[in-house]
Amino acid sequence: MIPINYYIILSAILFSMGVVGVLVRRNALIIFMSIELMLNAANLAIVAFSSVLQSFSGQIFVFFVIAVAAAEVAVGLALIVEIFKSKRSIDVDQMSSLKG
Amino acid sequence: MTLELIFFLVLSLTAIATALGMLLSRNAIYSALFLVLNFTTVAVFYLLLGAPFIAMAQVTVYAGAIMVLFLFVIMLLGAESLPKAEVLPWQKPLAITLAVLLAGEAVFLLITRARPTGNVVSPDVAVNTVTNLRALGEALFSQYLLPFEVTSILLLVAMVGAIVLVRKEKRVP
Repeated sequence: MIPINYYIILSAILFSMGVVGVLVRRNALIIFMSIELMLNAANLAIVAFSSVLQSFSGQIFVFFVIAVAAAEVAVGLALIVEIFKSKRSIDVDQMSSLKG
Repeated sequence: MTLELIFFLVLSLTAIATALGMLLSRNAIYSALFLVLNFTTVAVFYLLLGAPFIAMAQVTVYAGAIMVLFLFVIMLLGAESLPKAEVLPWQKPLAITLAVLLAGEAVFLLITRARPTGNVVSPDVAVNTVTNLRALGEALFSQYLLPFEVTSILLLVAMVGAIVLVRKEKRVP
């Protein structure tokens, strides 16, 4: 039997590492991957809680989160491709102008 | 220390190490491959927690579809690594300090204030049955039918949006 606190600590560590990735890296693709890491950490906490409460609602919520993440990745990567076409770079430091 | 706890500790070390590898590798392809390993480790955690359907969805959707899409885009753009540029010297230490603070606060709040403080179920009673899948399917198609259908519209809109975004604009003569 594993206490749920261990899962919560692991989830918090993974989430914070995703936050560090978003704050530190300049490559837009790696920032995007860090956001996926954060979504995953949150999912892990939700499934752990649902396992303790013996309830399926948490698992169903995680299922919806996975579907929304898939949609988000499709649109986000299309945006990154468009930005690369106009700027020839995916460095977030260079995306400082609002004009296309 | 039970076998289950040892298993958990090894898996969590793998998850943290792969997340670190994703953060630290210079090459975006290595980052993506580390992230695939991390997602697979989290899928094993879902199996430990008695959620086999979520584990399989994690492997097929996250580690399969999403990361392949990432690898496609990385190789399409040829954006494996960025050229060196000047960075703010205080940015990295500040970010790491703030993230450690965030992790500490999250752990403190979730452990001291969260209601469920029990143990998670043992996997041998949960993974090897179909009752989990049947109950999940019944809940998904009765209680959560409307969100399920809305998800299909969301995926359709995302697909159309991605196609419209990358489409070449036709010149008006």
